[in-house]
Amino acid sequence: MRRAGRFGWLPLTPAVVLLLVFLAGPIGYCVYIAFTNMQLTGSSSTDFVGFANFRRAFADPVFRNAVWLTLVFTVISSLVGQNSLGLLLATLMRRASKPVRTLTGAFVIAAWVLPEIVAAFLLYAFFRREGTLNGILDWLHLPSQNWLYTLPIIAVSFANVWRGTAFSMLIYSAALGEIPQDITEAAEVDGASGLRRFWHITLPMIRRSIATNLMLNTLQTLSVFGLIWAMTRGGPGNRSETLPVFMYDQAFNKSLIGYGTAVALLLLLISSLFSVVYLRLLKTEV
Amino acid sequence: MTAPLKPLKPAKPLNPLKNRRTAERLATDLALLVLATAFALPLVWLVLSSIDPVAGLRVHLPDKPTLDNFSGVLTEEITFRPMLNSLILCGGATALTVAASALAAYPLSRYRSRFNRPFLLTVLFTTCLPITAIMVPVYGLFVQTNLIDTTYGTALFLSTSQLPFGIWLMKNFMDGVPMVLEEAARTDGATGMQTLIRIVLPLMGPGVTVVTIFSFIMMWGNFFVPFMLLLTPEQLPASVSIFNFFGNRTGQVAFGELAAFSMIYSTPVVLLYVLIARRLGSGFALGGAVKG
Repeated sequence: MRRAGRFGWLPLTPAVVLLLVFLAGPIGYCVYIAFTNMQLTGSSSTDFVGFANFRRAFADPVFRNAVWLTLVFTVISSLVGQNSLGLLLATLMRRASKPVRTLTGAFVIAAWVLPEIVAAFLLYAFFRREGTLNGILDWLHLPSQNWLYTLPIIAVSFANVWRGTAFSMLIYSAALGEIPQDITEAAEVDGASGLRRFWHITLPMIRRSIATNLMLNTLQTLSVFGLIWAMTRGGPGNRSETLPVFMYDQAFNKSLIGYGTAVALLLLLISSLFSVVYLRLLKTEV
Repeated sequence: MTAPLKPLKPAKPLNPLKNRRTAERLATDLALLVLATAFALPLVWLVLSSIDPVAGLRVHLPDKPTLDNFSGVLTEEITFRPMLNSLILCGGATALTVAASALAAYPLSRYRSRFNRPFLLTVLFTTCLPITAIMVPVYGLFVQTNLIDTTYGTALFLSTSQLPFGIWLMKNFMDGVPMVLEEAARTDGATGMQTLIRIVLPLMGPGVTVVTIFSFIMMWGNFFVPFMLLLTPEQLPASVSIFNFFGNRTGQVAFGELAAFSMIYSTPVVLLYVLIARRLGSGFALGGAVKG
């Protein structure tokens, strides 16, 4: 390390300019519009309306519905689905035979690598009335149903699990790989059962990875738009309309830019909160 | 049957343990195979439908597999133009991301300053922010600055959205390059820019490759940004054109052709991912699992 020369910090300029213009700018603009009644038609009539958009949001049953659905979507797909399934997969893979491990890894990761819209298309087909899921249920003589109509939020949550689990699996595989073998072996010799070993040794040792992973999964899930939009468009009615979809719908279909942006700002605030916690976690890790 | 073995008592504790291990492994394999099947089904459907002339929505072995679906979509309007648009958009944006993040990483990695840490923390914080949330104001800004519906404007924004993660990765890779050779070049009178381009970047070639490919994959799959910022059908990248393909569910959807096009559209990123899979794995472990 040394001190910078005369033009030492110059290389930072392009990145800083881009970040200021295209990221900080829009965020600042976001804060401004959220307090106005801007509409798509006739921007000349834009007035400053204070907290009206936020008051309106909290009084709006459709907004409250979107908050609730976002919560459901996040809990099912991120907390329960991606996180637990990722941990389960990583744990099982350590004990499985090599071909099975390779095969499973390939499929799970392929689901993650595919572009968002392709994933949405595949799961749209999977959950449709004539789709593969009902085919399997028929085959098992279980009642089938129109998933995208009766349980749209569950369908999109599962779609997000399908798509996002690979990330958790990779994180947990790395974390489990760092646990010293002799500790678990000692416990095994002492007669601790698999489940006890997992609960008392493995989980405490990877708790930082769990926290990190939960945080990143949640942030990722909070911003999912394409998947839901392509599968259900937030419908039927508003039954799979999470906050990003609600934001888009208000701003563009209903032309209420100010209102839609207020929702976006709330989303940014929630995410910032998670990000700050995440940074704190990283700090304690180093 | 086991009677003759009885005298061999000391051997007994070993065998059950081994049997248990084998049973455990079989159970694990079985459980994993069930999970793998669940993950595989939609993918299997994609592959089978793409070669099925009468593809439906269910996993179904085609009676007469053909490549007709592929030849059906290999037209300028459906495949070549959107793919070319994607390539121009994502290629341009990736080049910009890599260049800007390599430049930015250099002083952050090499010079000491009390601004380094706050700057890097801000960058890390930014990687976590959902780009989705700012798309409405970005749309507004683009309309006002006439950047709307331009490929270069969209590329600029895509590039910026990937930049925080690019800087972070690039800085981590650059920290791994020892300063000794650089010092030597400095003594010989090379400028900072010359050392960066001639010495540091070649030494961190694999790292630059990872950042490049990773950025490209993220942008290639990005749907919302071009969906919002590009309007003219002739300019749309594959992510948006495929959405229009099956998103307008008014008419009869040709699932076989859609599957074929999905395969074509996905192939580049899958290949690129395979190319960097190993490095990305270790990169994740090292970077504290940061994801943009």
